Amino acid sequence: MPHDIDASFLAIPLRRLADAALQRARDFNVEHADFRLERLRSQSIRLRDGALEGSHDGEDLGFAVRVILDGTWGFAASVELSAEAAIRTTEEAIRVAQVSSAISSERIELAPEPVYDDVRWMSAYSIDPLSVPLSDKVERLADWSHRLLGHETVSHVSAALQQVVENKFYADLAGTVTTQQRVRLQPDLTAHGTDEATGRFDSMRTIAPPVGRGWEYLVDGRDWDRELEEIPDLLAEKLAAKSVDAGVLDLVVDPSNLWLVIHESIGHATELDRALGYEANYAGTSFATWDQLGTLTYGSPVMHVTGDRTVEHGLSTIGYDDEGVQSQSWDIIKDGVLVGYQLDRRMAQMQGLGRSNGCAFADSPGHIPIQRMANVSLQPAENGPSTEDLIGQVEDGLYVVGDRSWSIDMQRFNFQFTGQRFFRIRQGKLEGQVRDVAYQSSTTDFWGSMEAVGGPETWVLGGAFNCGKAQPGQVAPVSHGCPSALFRGVRILNTQAEAGR
Amino acid sequence: MTGNSPQELVERALQASTADGCVVLVDASTSANLRWANNTLTTNGMMQGSEVTVISTVDGGQGVASSALTRSASTVEEVQALVEAADAAAREAGPAEDAAPLIEGGDDPTWDDEPASTSITVFDTFAPALGEAFGRARSDDRLLYGYVEHTVGTVYLGSSSGLRRRHAQPTGHVGITGKSGDLTRSAWVGQSTRDFSDVDALGLDSELERRLGWAKETVALPADRYDTILPPAAVADLLIYAYWTSAARDAYEGQTVYSKTGGGTRVGERLAKAGVNVYSDPAYPGLQCTPFVTAAASSSVSSVFDNGLALEHTDWIHDGTLTSLAQTRHSAELTGLPVTPAIDNLVMKVDGASGSIDDLIAGVERGLLLTCLWYIREVDPQTLLLTGLTRDGVYLVENGEVTGAVNNFRFNESPIDLLERFTAVAQTEASFSREWGDYFPRTATPALRVPDFNMSTVSQAL
Repeated sequence: MPHDIDASFLAIPLRRLADAALQRARDFNVEHADFRLERLRSQSIRLRDGALEGSHDGEDLGFAVRVILDGTWGFAASVELSAEAAIRTTEEAIRVAQVSSAISSERIELAPEPVYDDVRWMSAYSIDPLSVPLSDKVERLADWSHRLLGHETVSHVSAALQQVVENKFYADLAGTVTTQQRVRLQPDLTAHGTDEATGRFDSMRTIAPPVGRGWEYLVDGRDWDRELEEIPDLLAEKLAAKSVDAGVLDLVVDPSNLWLVIHESIGHATELDRALGYEANYAGTSFATWDQLGTLTYGSPVMHVTGDRTVEHGLSTIGYDDEGVQSQSWDIIKDGVLVGYQLDRRMAQMQGLGRSNGCAFADSPGHIPIQRMANVSLQPAENGPSTEDLIGQVEDGLYVVGDRSWSIDMQRFNFQFTGQRFFRIRQGKLEGQVRDVAYQSSTTDFWGSMEAVGGPETWVLGGAFNCGKAQPGQVAPVSHGCPSALFRGVRILNTQAEAGR
Repeated sequence: MTGNSPQELVERALQASTADGCVVLVDASTSANLRWANNTLTTNGMMQGSEVTVISTVDGGQGVASSALTRSASTVEEVQALVEAADAAAREAGPAEDAAPLIEGGDDPTWDDEPASTSITVFDTFAPALGEAFGRARSDDRLLYGYVEHTVGTVYLGSSSGLRRRHAQPTGHVGITGKSGDLTRSAWVGQSTRDFSDVDALGLDSELERRLGWAKETVALPADRYDTILPPAAVADLLIYAYWTSAARDAYEGQTVYSKTGGGTRVGERLAKAGVNVYSDPAYPGLQCTPFVTAAASSSVSSVFDNGLALEHTDWIHDGTLTSLAQTRHSAELTGLPVTPAIDNLVMKVDGASGSIDDLIAGVERGLLLTCLWYIREVDPQTLLLTGLTRDGVYLVENGEVTGAVNNFRFNESPIDLLERFTAVAQTEASFSREWGDYFPRTATPALRVPDFNMSTVSQAL
């Protein structure tokens, strides 16, 4: 990797600001204090029918001080980069802790973590997307849009590209100092069309996942030509497809759809803060309660799910979390049984788990770190079947590709998903698309019905930029890897019938 | 080193710009919050921010190009660097489709005023009362979870075309979930507020206690279509989504429920029952919001060229007929419809509506009373079919009275269809959406009775 951390970030007096804040915190005899300075540079580009609709460049730069004073959190943030502001913000955090102590009955303590003195970490990428001229990016997206518009089925095309370069500097009273940089981007192209005879409109989107990579992803990171070539025909087939019959069918779910089911039904359900009730007023709780750790049958024995913040190009991947914990990987579900949670230092200490597994994250300098999602991934079967082999095992079913609509309840039981495209499977063969499909199940029923997972060659790292949680709301990027997988007897809804049509 | 005043940042940025046109937006904000779970505080915070957006426009001969850059900035030096970058970006960009002359005008009378602000002391009355509620909950074997936030943002908008506009926006909300000690019963209350003077922590706790009391009797019901009362919060949950998908250009290009079969939009078509009105008004009492366009980027519902455009009462649906869609000047030209930009509040009122939700309940022989909806996502854009869950209290109504609680459900419904199918409606009141309120807190909606609400499957969630 030829890069170093961006010089303009290193030119900020990071140490001086941190020292000012931490020294002021020391004056109050706090049990803990950390200083986190972040710079998030971003650019979003949107095209419509090949013409630039809008672009926006953002830079969020600021710092936060978090203290534990007499067992109570205090947090304050500012955008003014001066030693005076660092001191003032620390005093503000102290005041917030003092105001809060009267209504806090749990004593905050943090799990121990080794000290990392002045470590640096960079994500794996080749070309900083923000260094590429806007005109080059617009030209590429316009070219792709025009390729789609060239097909008679496609009436309109929307294209978007989100890019982020994230820098984090962290220093705490224990002596850990980390400086990090990571890059991510998310391209999307959607073709829209209308069936003139029926008036039905629909769309078909690329299934290229967002990735922790640079501009090279759009240059040669994927077989873009093939994907773009297929989209108009897939849209035409979908517009002409027969409406699905509601009922119960077997499903082969492609990684481009399954990642989102993993995110919703496993990723969020195994966040310990949810299981302990901290999100009860907002994101919700979890059926996978603490007392079931080690015993809950989550799914079939072929189910092996890991958490990590280490996989290359993962959106949650980083060197050290926002509490100075080195990133790790661990088992969450093994042989179908719940064996682990995602943690931060406070919960690891409270539940007697020893060390945190490094899931503390704040989405911006102005927000407090909370436990956020690791890359939660379903492992493939060694020498496991190909997607075609899985389809071959289905007599009457659907092959599901690409994510679209998703919704799950506040305890992560009942979910309903749609997709970009659903292909009918009969006697082990694909028979073209059907439309108006949603599938609905409950988490342990669904994962319990997983008969087989595909081999490593079917495994894809999917993910999202926009996972929401917490109050005030925070948005986190996260990846989920998975193979194709076979599920027996899943409930299929017809969305036209659901709408009373 | 302390920051410069917002007005100074605006003026110096405009002076520094070498582009043909320039718009500067300074958003100075302060925000305080408290969050709690299991009858104790969990996190808190006090944030101060200053965000500057510079939009430069350059006439490159083949059309006007624009750039839009936003940075955290509080000093003249930072803003000058930002202007330089914005000017350079505009020179690099191709012609903008939405290019239009910048909005002209003069100074708002409040232009010279300092930014309004808040601090953690805004909770000086609320926090001790919350502490008392924790004590009550502990002794009654109940658990409280919740969040309060107060944010005051002041936006300053200046342009090379002479505009100097200022708006101070206080925004606050409270949401509390109450659970029985064994976690089998759950209830929720929420409200929007401008200054917390109208938030009564103990009163909210009493309402939670009452609702948890309703749930002492429980009845398991299967998926079905039910006679259902949606309280104002649940109506806001659904209506906000219908509003967010109302971009005129998306409709015109055949992508939304507001698209006309065969092309064009459904403006002029009857979408809802006669008497149904849905509108936005920046001056609506209690829901006052920014009375001019602020756009940090161009999209299907916003144009950077429209910054500063005055906003006024806009009917989206009037007497059941779709009258307007969210527009930019560019999309208005494209669709041949009036310029009606999106506004940051939403009101639904039905002609002749009277009474409260209690009157609706009194009229139900056997049906459901909801608390709020959750995890609402679009299933089919053409019908605007949405899916989601009931949350924190579905109550059984028998012979006009609440007699117990029912399990949660997943619903599949279109808000547009509901505006046609409801059979009873209460008076409009201030509401707070559970699903979207953190991002869209200014709504006023009535309670609605829908005779056949589609509860598609049962959710085991408590």
